[in-house]
Amino acid sequence: MTGTTYTHAPGFVAGDRPQIVTARFQYEDSYTLERALATDGYAGLRAALSRSATEVHDEVKAATVLGRGGAGFPAGTKWGLTPAGVWPRYLVVNGDESEPGTYKDRLLMERDPHQLIEGCLIACYAAGLSQCFLYIRGEMALAQERVAAALNEAYAAGYVGRNILGSDFSLDIVLHWGAGAYVVGEETALIESLEGNRGMPRLKPPFFPAAIGLYGKPTIVNNVETMANLPWLMRNGSAAYTAIGSATSPGTRMVAVSGHVKRPGVYEIINGTTTFRDLLYGEEFCGGIRDNNELKAFVPGGGSAPWFLPDQLDLPFEGRLIGAAGSMAGSGAVMVMDDTTDIPNAALTLTRFYAHESCGKCTPCREGGTWLMRILDRVVAGQGTHRDLDQLLEVGATICPGDFPHASSERLGLAAVPFPYKMTTICFVGPSAYTPVHSALTLFRDEFEAKLVKRTFIPVTAVSVSETEAAL
Amino acid sequence: MSRLTEDNVRVAHEIISRYPRPRSATIPLLHLAQQQDGYVTNDAIRHIGELVGATSAEVLGTATFYEMFKFEPVGKYLVNICRTMSCALMGGEELMHHAEHRLGIKAGSTTPDGMFTLEHAECQAACTEAPTLQVNYRYRFRVTPETFDALIDDLAAGRLDSEIPAHGTVARIRQHIPAERGVGAVPPEDATNAPSWMTVAEAPK
Repeated sequence: MTGTTYTHAPGFVAGDRPQIVTARFQYEDSYTLERALATDGYAGLRAALSRSATEVHDEVKAATVLGRGGAGFPAGTKWGLTPAGVWPRYLVVNGDESEPGTYKDRLLMERDPHQLIEGCLIACYAAGLSQCFLYIRGEMALAQERVAAALNEAYAAGYVGRNILGSDFSLDIVLHWGAGAYVVGEETALIESLEGNRGMPRLKPPFFPAAIGLYGKPTIVNNVETMANLPWLMRNGSAAYTAIGSATSPGTRMVAVSGHVKRPGVYEIINGTTTFRDLLYGEEFCGGIRDNNELKAFVPGGGSAPWFLPDQLDLPFEGRLIGAAGSMAGSGAVMVMDDTTDIPNAALTLTRFYAHESCGKCTPCREGGTWLMRILDRVVAGQGTHRDLDQLLEVGATICPGDFPHASSERLGLAAVPFPYKMTTICFVGPSAYTPVHSALTLFRDEFEAKLVKRTFIPVTAVSVSETEAAL
Repeated sequence: MSRLTEDNVRVAHEIISRYPRPRSATIPLLHLAQQQDGYVTNDAIRHIGELVGATSAEVLGTATFYEMFKFEPVGKYLVNICRTMSCALMGGEELMHHAEHRLGIKAGSTTPDGMFTLEHAECQAACTEAPTLQVNYRYRFRVTPETFDALIDDLAAGRLDSEIPAHGTVARIRQHIPAERGVGAVPPEDATNAPSWMTVAEAPK
């Protein structure tokens, strides 16, 4: 149908690299309990249950499993933030993946739901969480089906539910699914949605989920990929885990590279050491820019991340280094633009996304995001004025006052402004509408100005322009 | 006809029973109503309110926040074409242009025969396979004008009925927790003791 042959996980590209979360993807039946059990499935759970909850928690802390959702906060530390003696505590797993450019959680849910379930069990055991809700994005029909089927199998086989594997550990995992709203990927909005409400973020403080989360109780919100790391970690130990990757970013992580590269794909890369040059040009990764064109710019960490230029290619995919260079590692999504790209229009595709997805709670985002979209839209359509370019920056400054992060550029004589920014909104949707505008205008202002001197002409009458000129 | 049927009320009660508070089932029940009728009717909204203990206005307030819920009939097939960055870089707008011509409608509308509704969609999480679309939330990757036309022909001829259910059904497999295996959901105010496996007392922080 598509003219493209896919492996079992469309988009995923395996390689000669350590596989912590994608080892089962090679099997056609990777999502079944039978295949999971034939390939170490639930061995990590057995290993965890043979130790005390505190020991398991310490092991995860020692491995420094950074959250893979975007913020990169260590999971073991997060689990320890719940107030002492307050019960019940819940686990909400964030599978509402919708950041532009990002997909890995969808593959992990579709291709290896048992690994995810096992990870949830380990987390709940270690942190004393008494019920788990697995929130899957509404539009992901196959992921919902695969996880539902896997949960049904796991319940029947005694891996989930009452007295798991004969122990006194009992846990329900409830499959929950959304209905289309990007902002629900924000953890407090996710909790609102799970309570049956409009998915609008809560103010932090006081609503830090670890203290006041689902139903007002301590709640741990973790990303799907974060959970998927736990079975391997429990089987192999934190020393083996930290032996992979860099000291500050251990293990592997899944990165989706899309746009103008020869071999776009989702790759499980060594965390913290693989550079953008490896990713974009390496033969085991994307193999270069399509048609051997020149690289113009790339988005390093999902649609919310400030853009990078070829100057930044030698940075490794490591959160702190990317932050210092003016962007963020975010959700592990690289979007690549070659020299044929119309930069203002490319920025519009992202700004329109965030303006569309604003929940409307905070005025700077609700109004400002829409203003940014409208102004940018008319600039791209050739109806803009020079005043519009300044206005874009003024509107942006109402969402994010002060210096906004951006990359350094040798060509433009720019020094990097490090991440993060200041913001006047509760969550990152508003600033994210501004990010592409700011990056594009800072790095490629000439392309915007070129659009201001041309005007699309639609005659009111059928009289042609040349006839009008002749009459004059 | 638009309240939930007896069978669906049974499904609804099973879903509600999994949550510590019934209102958490609101979104799943709205999906159930949409699966039954193809869109969410006013009667269904009232019925869901009765089932989860919320007012109709509260259920409607929740429902209208989420894009997947429709409040008037849409085509049997909802065709969502992605227009966010990665798809736009690989020809998503051109694909939409082709789709509008092929179906003879603009994005946001339904063909007169009620078969197809065409919509712009935001990122569908398949960015490396751009341009992408979903038909009733089933993916098609690296879509070209030719494969789009073939898809429409196949859908119109009923050749994809086994893979793609009519609009309203998302997942065809439901979770079912067997009574003898489930722990059961407890209202949070009734579960204030540490879980049984947390035997070691917590040190104060």
